[in-house]
Amino acid sequence: MNMEEKIQLHKDVEAKVESKKWFYSETVKEHFFKPKNFLLSEEKAKEADAKSDGVGQVGSPACGDMMKMWLMIDRESERITDCKWQTFGCASAIASTSMLSVMLTENGGMKIEEALQIKPQDIAARLDGLPQRKFHCSVLGDKALRAAVNDYFRKTGQDARVIVGGAKVIDKILKITDKDIEEAVLEGAHDFETVQKKTKVGVYDKNCIPEVEQLIRFYREKYFG
Amino acid sequence: MNKELYFDNAATTAVDERVVEAMKPYFSMTYGNPGSMHTLGLEAKEALDSARVMLARFLNCSDEEVIFTGSGTESINMAIKGAALALQKKGKHIITQKTEHPAVLETCEYLEKQGFEVTYLDVDVYGFVSLEKLKEVMRLDTILVSIMYANNEIGTVQPIKEIAEVCKENKVLFHTDACQAAGYLDMDVKNLGIDYLSMNGSKLYGPKGVGILYVKSGRPLSPLIHGGGQEYGKRSGTENVPLIVGLAKAVEIADGEREREVARLTEMRDYLIRELLKRIPKSLLNGHPTKRLPNNVNVTFLNVEGETLLLELDQYGICASTGSACTSKTLEPSHVILALGRPYEVAHGSLRFSLGRYTTKEGIDKLLGILPETVEKYRMLSPVHLQESQI
Ligand SMILES: Cc1ncc(COP(=O)(O)O)c(C=O)c1O
Repeated sequence: MNMEEKIQLHKDVEAKVESKKWFYSETVKEHFFKPKNFLLSEEKAKEADAKSDGVGQVGSPACGDMMKMWLMIDRESERITDCKWQTFGCASAIASTSMLSVMLTENGGMKIEEALQIKPQDIAARLDGLPQRKFHCSVLGDKALRAAVNDYFRKTGQDARVIVGGAKVIDKILKITDKDIEEAVLEGAHDFETVQKKTKVGVYDKNCIPEVEQLIRFYREKYFG
Repeated sequence: MNKELYFDNAATTAVDERVVEAMKPYFSMTYGNPGSMHTLGLEAKEALDSARVMLARFLNCSDEEVIFTGSGTESINMAIKGAALALQKKGKHIITQKTEHPAVLETCEYLEKQGFEVTYLDVDVYGFVSLEKLKEVMRLDTILVSIMYANNEIGTVQPIKEIAEVCKENKVLFHTDACQAAGYLDMDVKNLGIDYLSMNGSKLYGPKGVGILYVKSGRPLSPLIHGGGQEYGKRSGTENVPLIVGLAKAVEIADGEREREVARLTEMRDYLIRELLKRIPKSLLNGHPTKRLPNNVNVTFLNVEGETLLLELDQYGICASTGSACTSKTLEPSHVILALGRPYEVAHGSLRFSLGRYTTKEGIDKLLGILPETVEKYRMLSPVHLQESQI
């Protein structure tokens, strides 16, 4: 039996389950142990690189999360007809990508414009919730999707539609952007002190502190409100 | 729960049945307060005294030098804050190192906020502090050095005796966190030349929530918990007699079995390390090949995140632990693996297997039968393909 069949059956494991307790929701468990729409192996990834309509990759191994997403898109209807992925990361990162791929392709495929409206909260909700400090995992899926759609726009000569998530420099000395602060909030830093501990924002550029505090409130409400 | 598949003995151990038996009478039969003058109180006092005698023998110190506390963390807080407070007129500089347990690091950070200055020594690729560096950073206002005996994540055993000598030459007091060392390494505080030593019972097949602090006679210590003056005025509060009795019993058993157990575990440890590195490509040992605790194995599997492996192993009833960011509260990967100079990529994929009294060769073989395929599965799902040469 090859690995793909093993994963689909998840046979060995299910026969041997001894632990009744599980850290995440049952839906996360399902998508972690039996993920959907993944690409298994480097060769399959290479093939997909060549034939996909849009490919996006975000994160890095140094950050502990990296995700690659391949999309097939019908030009006429702008529906996502297929979505494949690979993920390096924890259980919630794997489950989030798997769930996102299902959301994108169910019911005949989601329209691009609709897909771009998906928020990290929507993925987390479909997974019956993620622990707060794992929330950033669902954000990564969202970002991979955007990157893949942008790639599709570029490949099809629709450069005007490319979404640029331009980052704005907040801390002028350390060149810390609003994205860095967003990232810190997502990783669980919910007040100025912890955000500063993570990013060093405002250590030298004291003038930016009020704006940082405002951004923290904004992102806290956006993601956790 | 199959104890043979429990590879998380550095987190905590099962309480030995003999320890449970020893503790039993002190919950609801001999439940007196050791401070009371009636028979029931005197009986509790007697149990407390013999536990202290047992521990004093274990550490080769005198009875009054053994203070019972509520955990390893409490002992560490008491030693570092207690010495710092008592000595702050003399100086406000403390030396420790980067791979300490959070109980030490967070206590030091707290003291920094109170106006103390702390030097955090670097470690080498195996996790050792350098004696030369230690000498270099010593100052006239240095009051305390706190360096752990053995590391909880990678098992590195520090040259404690040599460190103690450097401290003595510089007339600086020395505390060591021996929570992982007790039961495996030499605990003779006279031979080692230690001023303060923290340890607990929960890694020794004893109960959780009880610890001891050894304070060498005459060494300054400002108490943190004030009250009825128990524990020679150093730690007030009615003594937790059943847990203290349990701790003493656990230490007695571990001490008696130490030599045989160290030999048995060392052999299994080396077998597990050898086989993991052989059967799983792109795996790296964290820590020193031999100068590590007999029960510690810590390996990084490149291109997979530790948590996924941990959760999949859990489905087979196998317990391990990870230094991966995703299981930590801060989302930062292990500060210990990073301190070795390993890149973040390596820190994310580390797993710790800590062996113990109930570990068997069969249990290890079961682990070895499952892990290679588990690693392969998550590597196949991963878009990251780093080679060892890139690390
Ligand atoms: C090296 C080390 N120091 C301190 C502690 C803290 O001990 P406790 O959990 O008893 O507070 C532990 C165990 O968690 C440890 O391994």
